[in-house]
Amino acid sequence: MDTFQDTVFKLKRYWADRGTIIQEPYDVEVGAGTMCPETFLRVLGSKPYRVGYVQPSRRPADGRYGENPNRLYKHQQFQLILKPSPDDVLDQYLGSLQAIGIDLSKHDIKFEEDNWEAPTLGAWGIGWQVMLDGLEITQFTYFQQCGGIDLDLVPAEITYGLERLTAFLQGVDSVYDIEWAPGVKYSEVRLADELQYSVYNFEMADVDRLWRLLGEYEAECKRLLGLYEKFPEKHRFPILPAYDQVLKCSNIFNTLDARGAISVTERVGVIKRVRDLAVGTAKIWADQQSLEAATEPGAAA
Amino acid sequence: MSEKLLDFLLEIGTEEIPDWMIPGALKHLQQAGILGVAVTVQATARRLVVKASGLAGRQADTEDLISGPPKSAGAGAAQGFAKKNGVSVEQLETISTPKGDYFGFRKKTPGRPTIDLLAEAIPGLVLGIPWPKTMYWTGKSGPRFIRPIRWIVALLGNELGNETGDQVIPFEIAGVRSGSITRGHRVLGSGSIPVTIATYEAGLKKNFVILHANERRHKIETEATALGAKIDGSLLETLTFITEYPTAIRGDFDPGYLELPAEVLTTVMRHHQKYFAVEDEFASPVLEADGTRRHQLAPYFVAVMNTSGDPEGLIKHGNERVLRARFNDARFFWNVDQQKTLAARVDDLAHVTFQAKLGSYLDKTTRVVALVQEFGGNADAQRAALLAKCDLTTEMVKEFTDLQGIVGGLYAKAQGEPEAVSRAIYEHYKPLSMEDSIPSTVEGRIVALADKLDTLRECFKIGMIPSGSKDPFALRRAAQGIVKILAEAGLAFPLDRLAEGELRAFLLDRITYYFREVRGFKYDEVNAVLASGCGALANVEARLTALAEVRPTGDFDALAVSFKRVNNILRQAEYKGSDFDFLDTGLLEDGPERELYDALMDVFGRLRRYQDRGDYRDALLEIASLRPKVDRYFDSVRVNTEDPRVRRNRLHFLWVFRRDFSTIADFSEIVTAGDQK
Repeated sequence: MDTFQDTVFKLKRYWADRGTIIQEPYDVEVGAGTMCPETFLRVLGSKPYRVGYVQPSRRPADGRYGENPNRLYKHQQFQLILKPSPDDVLDQYLGSLQAIGIDLSKHDIKFEEDNWEAPTLGAWGIGWQVMLDGLEITQFTYFQQCGGIDLDLVPAEITYGLERLTAFLQGVDSVYDIEWAPGVKYSEVRLADELQYSVYNFEMADVDRLWRLLGEYEAECKRLLGLYEKFPEKHRFPILPAYDQVLKCSNIFNTLDARGAISVTERVGVIKRVRDLAVGTAKIWADQQSLEAATEPGAAA
Repeated sequence: MSEKLLDFLLEIGTEEIPDWMIPGALKHLQQAGILGVAVTVQATARRLVVKASGLAGRQADTEDLISGPPKSAGAGAAQGFAKKNGVSVEQLETISTPKGDYFGFRKKTPGRPTIDLLAEAIPGLVLGIPWPKTMYWTGKSGPRFIRPIRWIVALLGNELGNETGDQVIPFEIAGVRSGSITRGHRVLGSGSIPVTIATYEAGLKKNFVILHANERRHKIETEATALGAKIDGSLLETLTFITEYPTAIRGDFDPGYLELPAEVLTTVMRHHQKYFAVEDEFASPVLEADGTRRHQLAPYFVAVMNTSGDPEGLIKHGNERVLRARFNDARFFWNVDQQKTLAARVDDLAHVTFQAKLGSYLDKTTRVVALVQEFGGNADAQRAALLAKCDLTTEMVKEFTDLQGIVGGLYAKAQGEPEAVSRAIYEHYKPLSMEDSIPSTVEGRIVALADKLDTLRECFKIGMIPSGSKDPFALRRAAQGIVKILAEAGLAFPLDRLAEGELRAFLLDRITYYFREVRGFKYDEVNAVLASGCGALANVEARLTALAEVRPTGDFDALAVSFKRVNNILRQAEYKGSDFDFLDTGLLEDGPERELYDALMDVFGRLRRYQDRGDYRDALLEIASLRPKVDRYFDSVRVNTEDPRVRRNRLHFLWVFRRDFSTIADFSEIVTAGDQK
């Protein structure tokens, strides 16, 4: 039986063999692998790109103090972007399941309609949830729009839920019983995080300070976005650091939400604030990309 | 040219199409046909298939007679004409017309090969299928379809009737070239199967694809029934179109979960896992809130796989594991939710948005309670209205949104609320469709009515009015629910008491729809009855029933003509009568005019009496009895006489006639033979 890390190794190997760059997790808190710049920004523009990475994803409201066998504050996704999506993308995907030890001839696999939309990112796509013996193991999405921009090349986003997948492979009912490394259980690695972050997010997060921080990160992002137009050498413009501020805002928003500190009316407003930052960032990134494409050798031909 | 008629096969191979969209797409393809020939259509989630037979190998040749200069113009003109059309002078012929003789020639256009026409027509046919939501996948400017197209089989039989000689109809859609290679089941089948029109279906079957939906449906139904499943029609449709090779298996769950309400277990199984529930045929049935009896659940479920079997039981085991986790969640939610009663949650509704511009569910609740009071709802109905939305704050409803209302009802019961209260909450979203029943109790009906009416009133207030396919708040369904409750519960609320302006018109439209489409009354009769007022719907129905019953007596079509005539006369004279004007009986002429007047007076008294006691049939027969006198009146009386006093009096006479005899139905709305010309 493969351990959690064995499964991760195999997935990475499988996709690396198919021309995918294997990245490391992004080092700013995100709610999903989609939000990492490797996805959110890289899907924009006309440059082909293939990348895969494990992304720990934080969802403060889903924390359960480590007491629920299936719900986690922080879960790990294996996130894959194939831009543009190859014609046989679904076959390649099924191949990856075989590669991690699922004999498809003995299981039941179904693709059930599940379109994806992230209002805070101005992003949506068309796709499925992939069901293996009744268990949702993957979200598959053909991105159509990101940051409010129609995409030039349509990427396939494949997001594997690693805890679910490995719990299935190992035949355990609780994620905490997953064997992470030989002789080491998931609970030994991650249980403390679940408990402590639940305590912080639900009970102790300082609401006033978080609101101030949200305002600060937002201000920094806005300040930067406002400078782009007059910035002389566009390729030097720090849009990546500006995007980090968006991610910070998003995580603080989620924490405030879990803390029950956001009223219904405020909620709509804050989502719009974050969305405006994300859309503004995407526009500038796309502009940088098109300028870069225009100056590349052979671009004039 | 060959006489042999050809077969045709088109298969569009796609990635998995959402099951619920497939029947609509097939209907479109069926109606479209191909080159005017009828087609049959089939589909699985991965392929749309169109078949036809009886296509000619080429279209018929056509011949046009091109006419040139008159013969009198001479040989020079003939030469010029011939040259211009690329023929020799010898090929010209003479065309004789009444105006004289002309040069002319027969231009023959050979019919084009059908295969060429098909190659041109198919891409547009395929990309023209209307889908609820499309995507692009080859790039921003690429074609849009429901899911990526990955292969295409397009074959036309050959004229020798030789099946190995099927011709590939050559075209390309989204970069995919048509060919003669199909694909089988994703896992069990081959990814490359050469086919001919004749071998196509057998080739698929060998590769674990059952092409015919009927066959898949039947396989699921038979197997699932044998395993004890209670077949649910809409789930059966979903499974039919989500699979290419369906096979049913039965799984077990711990009987301990049967403590949870059957509604919760069934929802988890059906909506979240697409499983059929299994009923325990040996246990005594439970009495449902709506009075029906239902079997208790057995600790089994039936899952439908998209594969041929589960010899090692791995799939069964996997599905059981998933269901166990889901049931655990449900049990956890149930226990957590019981820590705070519904009554204690009313204030929490202030934090649940009803609609951004319309405030919270607490605001809505306050309004609905007031409406229930206004409608004369008793204390239980008012209590139910107060608690009806509280389940929106529960974990159970947050997880299983389909169960709103039902969970509230179950919780109210568990928390000791009176039966009338819990049942009203349980049923207050009913009817969910025109097929669904209305709430079973008076309390439930009044709460359901008030809740829906409030939603409509508030949305209309801020201009959220459904138009075309845009109806995000499902207001049509709410309005239809109101109409169904009013009509079937016999609640005597006239339309004017419920709504005014645009909302009144919207409800009236739904009322019309209900009587026409659901109850099957003739549309002109519905128009006629509603045009003379829409009071309580029970009254509308009584008038409609009477009209439908007596209309075939024949006098009504004639009367309808007379009423239309009255309308025309009054309109042309621009006569706007008033109840304060009166008829000068001294100006009535002896003969048909006086006779009609006397008859009207005579009938009117009886008409009122019949109408007052709701005897619309006899009332209508009274009106029908007027026909000979009305006919005679119009045959001999001229309304537009010179004497203005007489003329005004006659117009008023007609006006009074129309006013007093249109209280059951406006007969001028009845469509007669004359209207169709």
